[in-house]
Amino acid sequence: MSLERSDVEKIAHLARLAVSEDELEAVASDLSNILNLVEQMDAADTEGVIPMAHPLHMTQRLREDAVTEQNKREQFQSIAPLTEEGLYLVPRVIE
Amino acid sequence: MHNKTISELAQGLRAGDFSSVELTQTYLDRVARFNPQLNSYITICEATALQAAALADQQISDGDAPLLTGIPIAHKDIFCTDGVKTSCGSKMLDNFIAPYDAHVVSLFKQAGAVMLGKTNMDEFAMGSSNENSFYGPVHNPWKSGAVPGGSSGGSAAAVAAGLCVAATGTDTGGSIRQPAAFCGITGLKPTYGRVSRYGMIAFASSLDQGGPMARTAEDAAAMLQVMAGFDTRDSTSAEQPVPDYTAGLNDDIAGLRIGVPREYLGGGLDPAIEASIQLALAEYKRLGAELVEISLPNTELGVPTYYVVAPAECSSNLSRFDGVRFGHRCSEPKDLEDLYKRSRGEGFGAEVKRRIMVGTYALSAGYYDAYYLKAQKIRHLISDDFRDAFKQVDVIMGPTAPSTAFGIGEKADDPVTMYLSDIYTIAVNLAGLPGMSIPVQPVDGMPVGLQLIGNYFEEAKLLNVAHRLQQVTDWHSATPAGFE
Amino acid sequence: MQWETVIGLEIHAQLATKSKIFSGAATAFGSEPNTQACNVDLGMPGVLPVLNKAAVRMAVTFGVAIDAEIGQRSVFARKNYFYPDLPKGYQISQFELPIVGKGEVEIELDRGVHKPVGVTRAHLEEDAGKSLHEDFHGMTGVDLNRAGTPLLEIVSEPDMRSAKEAVAYAKKIHQIVQYLGICDGNMQEGSFRCDANVSVRPVGGPLGTRAELKNLNSFRFLERAINIEVERQIDLLEAGGKVVQETRLYDADNDETRSMRSKEEANDYRYFPDPDLLPVELDEGLIESIRTSMPELPDAKRARFSADYGLSEYDAEVLTSSKSLADYYEQAAKVAGDAKMAANWVMGEFSGALNKAGLTLEQSPVDADALGGMLLRIVDKTISGKIAKQVFESMWAGEGGADQIIEAKGLKQITDVGAIEAVVDGVLQANPGQVENYRNADEKKRPKMLGFFVGQVMKQSKGKANPQQVNELLLKKLD
Ligand SMILES: [Mg+2]
Ligand SMILES: [Zn+2]
Repeated sequence: MSLERSDVEKIAHLARLAVSEDELEAVASDLSNILNLVEQMDAADTEGVIPMAHPLHMTQRLREDAVTEQNKREQFQSIAPLTEEGLYLVPRVIE
Repeated sequence: MHNKTISELAQGLRAGDFSSVELTQTYLDRVARFNPQLNSYITICEATALQAAALADQQISDGDAPLLTGIPIAHKDIFCTDGVKTSCGSKMLDNFIAPYDAHVVSLFKQAGAVMLGKTNMDEFAMGSSNENSFYGPVHNPWKSGAVPGGSSGGSAAAVAAGLCVAATGTDTGGSIRQPAAFCGITGLKPTYGRVSRYGMIAFASSLDQGGPMARTAEDAAAMLQVMAGFDTRDSTSAEQPVPDYTAGLNDDIAGLRIGVPREYLGGGLDPAIEASIQLALAEYKRLGAELVEISLPNTELGVPTYYVVAPAECSSNLSRFDGVRFGHRCSEPKDLEDLYKRSRGEGFGAEVKRRIMVGTYALSAGYYDAYYLKAQKIRHLISDDFRDAFKQVDVIMGPTAPSTAFGIGEKADDPVTMYLSDIYTIAVNLAGLPGMSIPVQPVDGMPVGLQLIGNYFEEAKLLNVAHRLQQVTDWHSATPAGFE
Repeated sequence: MQWETVIGLEIHAQLATKSKIFSGAATAFGSEPNTQACNVDLGMPGVLPVLNKAAVRMAVTFGVAIDAEIGQRSVFARKNYFYPDLPKGYQISQFELPIVGKGEVEIELDRGVHKPVGVTRAHLEEDAGKSLHEDFHGMTGVDLNRAGTPLLEIVSEPDMRSAKEAVAYAKKIHQIVQYLGICDGNMQEGSFRCDANVSVRPVGGPLGTRAELKNLNSFRFLERAINIEVERQIDLLEAGGKVVQETRLYDADNDETRSMRSKEEANDYRYFPDPDLLPVELDEGLIESIRTSMPELPDAKRARFSADYGLSEYDAEVLTSSKSLADYYEQAAKVAGDAKMAANWVMGEFSGALNKAGLTLEQSPVDADALGGMLLRIVDKTISGKIAKQVFESMWAGEGGADQIIEAKGLKQITDVGAIEAVVDGVLQANPGQVENYRNADEKKRPKMLGFFVGQVMKQSKGKANPQQVNELLLKKLD
């Protein structure tokens, strides 16, 4: 698989990563090399093989429905880039 | 003092030969002296370490203090530490003071251990050389200008150079074992689910596992004893009893069946390294073990499969770093999209961005089946290879890495070549098995690691097998020149 | 051309758990911003989700209630997209293996006209936070208190053919989740939210392109928005245009739907199994225990009300329209010992008073025991039905219980024959002309004329004379 600059732009947008014009070529080439490595998977016959998402055959444990967390807003927001009146601020979202 | 094992130090503390404050100060002095050349620490916690040491001395004199009380250790900077900067080796988190402790960190606090600081690492644990750190590369104590391995390179170098007694690391594709091999120390990646991932900043959730990095198997056992255990805050944590890891260290290994995968020898492996491995295997034979040639036929698929699974998971795990609630935020974003793109574009380094993009691509519409689903299926095949192998043998052994530590900058421009250096370690993470690296005969003065792979939850057996070798050889006790 | 409307609904019901679906933070509504968002809800580095058992139980309860397939093995998946109210950059939801599979509910269109509507699936997921667009120097404020609140997303088949059917279906689901006690159903607070997928097609033709309508926070808006959107699509198609697949927002102020974002880029959510969560496996025991402890559902309750209480189909329908009303009614009837009288009072006087005061049932100043206690005094003839209205008004005004009011105001019915006879005699003596007329009137007119005397007696006894005894005495004396 060889990626074009436009593919990189699309992926970078989906991943919300700024990639500058002059980086595009190099990134496309790096990603293409990685995808070529990855495509060695094609050699494997996986007919009928069940996909494995977890290394252990465990099932989800369930938690009792109880409130265990207290308000720590001040502490959490002390490391936030921008807050006001207890809210996290971001550039205006237009709907 | 810095050449003693944990149990020797614990004894010394209890006998009153030295106090934890003295011990801690000794280590802090070494850190102050050697860290500028090694760069193994990102954060040094001098004041809090001495406070913790004083408290430990009190507890020891009160009696009944756990083994690790007063022992100076270091945590990889991927573990959240309440009130202490937790950078994960990234500019993204350069300003992140974690508001809580990782489960592992709180366990060490409860055990009375003294945290000297946070160790350097590849950004978000993505790398095999520690060159991908926002805080600069770490130097291998055995050779300045050589990499310590990665991603737990700071921990490995710190332990090897005697800048802490032992350290924590994490291993997603070899990140404990490979730096342990490069720096000549003992590192253990436990079974997936053995150590809680709570508060350990996620790279690839289905592969990540924390583990100990120490000078000896005995020390690693003591460290794992603290780290291992069920945690209700981690849904993937295993509800399994924790055995006494030191109890069986001296067990006889006569009759032990050691599987040697033919795919792990020859090929791209440096012949000198192969010779070191054979030398160690011969020692095991002398100890009464039986060598069995086995096959792990899907070995070559490990790296390609890993480079779909890990990036896919990381692309999603790292979406939370968006400049809104914590971490780096670009200046004066012109709109929301600009905030996201520039905060992430500036906060992440090149390798992290590469992997996020590979993962994003592998999960995107039209490619999911060919990449992600295919990888999940091969993961099953790889896992089955090991399952079959463990029907014949008790442990599997081979090299940890195909070469000794390479030079800083040597492979930095070629991500794919770098990825291939994890060929022997990656499959173990895909299968979720425990793996270990211990030092064997060096090559050209550089450490070489023997990898031990065990069946699920058989960490005790790995530690026993490793310890037996360390009782009859002294490869593990070599100290890099200049750090005696 | 004859157009046919095709509608499918996606309903998000907030599950009534105490804590969030993946964290131990509280779910209570209306707290100070970000005071109920713990490190897991904020998507802090290193934190992990742990699934709430109650949310799972509630989802299964819904599945059992609509007789759906229950996913014995279900999987949580990540839906990846960036938005400020989505802290982790992904929503934990379910994709391939939802907890509830295919099911069905029946809606009533007109009296006796029923129609089945298919439920495609219902899955568990976490809610997002809220973006507040008030002015923060031109910025948006983000409150993550709601982030991580458990939702059950109920997806219907595109089985509905009109706004009216869509509303009937939405009301039915609303009724079911409230009956099950798994959702408070409060649409104002966003506990029950509907999105409608609307398309039109020539009758019998292939499915048209659909638009997804959002922001429908009342049944009335749901109906309005669909009707307006159907009109818009038909106009567009008849003018030779094309419907584009998009999300449209219902604007109640201007009574129109408008495109939410003109984004050409299709969403690519990159769903994949959440590696932090393991597959949920439900054991038969859990499903069985839910099945056996299933509360009575609306249809069953309605049938029982008709059969056991002798109520008309209409009355039974009204009284079971919400579980709280049904519970209120049953309790009042039980205390009163007269189910029909209780039905009349609950649907009449009581509901009227609530409406007039603009109160919900839960806010009523007269509880079921109090109302039942008053009705009991009608049954045991302590008061008449007419006096009861006066007593009820006083109870509503908070003047106390029925007995207390009857006592304090001396409203006790007069049943002493001698006393009533004295009043009756007085009235007859005072109105000789009317008595004369009555006696000369033919049989058919007499009952109406009798009413005059009853009225006079009741007036003079201040309504306290037992009407039945008054009637009997008057007839005896007049004939
Ligand atoms: Mg949806
Ligand atoms: Zn949803």
